[in-house]
Amino acid sequence: MHELSIAARVVEEAGRIAAAAGGRPTRVTLRIGALAGVHEPSLRAAYGMLREGTPLADAELAVEAVPLRVWCGACRTEHDVAGPVRLACPACGRPTGEIRAGRELDIESITLEDAPAAPPLPPHATRSPP
Amino acid sequence: MTLPRILEVRTRILKANDELARALRRRFEAAGLLVVHVVSSPGSGKTALLRETLARLAARGLGVAAVVGDLETDNDARRLAGAGVPVRQITTHGLCHLEAAMVEERLAGWDLAALDVLFIENVGNLVCPTSWDLGEGVRVALLSVTEGEDKPLKYPGLFNTADMTVITKIDLAAAAEFDREGALANLATVRPGMRVLEVSAKTGAGVEPWIDELLARRPAGPAAG
Repeated sequence: MHELSIAARVVEEAGRIAAAAGGRPTRVTLRIGALAGVHEPSLRAAYGMLREGTPLADAELAVEAVPLRVWCGACRTEHDVAGPVRLACPACGRPTGEIRAGRELDIESITLEDAPAAPPLPPHATRSPP
Repeated sequence: MTLPRILEVRTRILKANDELARALRRRFEAAGLLVVHVVSSPGSGKTALLRETLARLAARGLGVAAVVGDLETDNDARRLAGAGVPVRQITTHGLCHLEAAMVEERLAGWDLAALDVLFIENVGNLVCPTSWDLGEGVRVALLSVTEGEDKPLKYPGLFNTADMTVITKIDLAAAAEFDREGALANLATVRPGMRVLEVSAKTGAGVEPWIDELLARRPAGPAAG
């Protein structure tokens, strides 16, 4: 259940970023690679628990799955590897250790709706310090 | 009502751990200390191999120590203490992996410059430790002959992050009908070119070459710049 630790970092980090940006977060989008070893339903369950009472309480979780992508030096091409992880070129079969994508464990974006900011100052007030 | 705006963040979820791990790695390298992070499934022979390795390194006159992770007990730390070297325990209370902050906290008070090799034994688990960098110099995955040759295919994420795999309990290979060629092929599938060593902590077979291999990876330390 390392998904619990990952969800805790998402809530912490995304909450901090959203607070700094201002506005009400409605969605947090993650990118999770095929090699990251994350069980998405567990991550969702953990996030659902941990967001309660935080700035992300109303923010849904979106997960973009990133397939494993390898570079084959023989074909001089990048290939997505579908199905089980196999670090070989799907076209020519040669083994390759050159991973171009698939380890991602990233917060990609945060969707914010602008919450009503601080009430506007009355016309006669000034922002200069006293 | 305003339109939602999308804030592009593109940050690592484990950024805080990554940054701490980088700082630890710099500390270890500056102290000329090789840190070996050992990951495996429960029952793969981690503690037996470490005990044998620690004792032999100490016998060579090297400064060695170990930090061991365990879900609830201090059994592993007590077993390792028999090797006569400093051992500290991290009890994770159910947490399935170690994080850099736990390692940093557990190292407090140790004179790293007086050590040559420090082992970090993770909690027995082949999934959860994958993405947590602990600042190690070498990540070693263990695969025991009793586990079956397809383990690397079942846990490609972890074996892919390992610098080295040690096949353990080779004294039991025949009894376990271990498919050695299959295991080597599967390791090459998930991590082409990975160094693979074969040992038995019980008979001592392969232990000296494993120790030599580790020592060859020691950082130069401050003297060599």
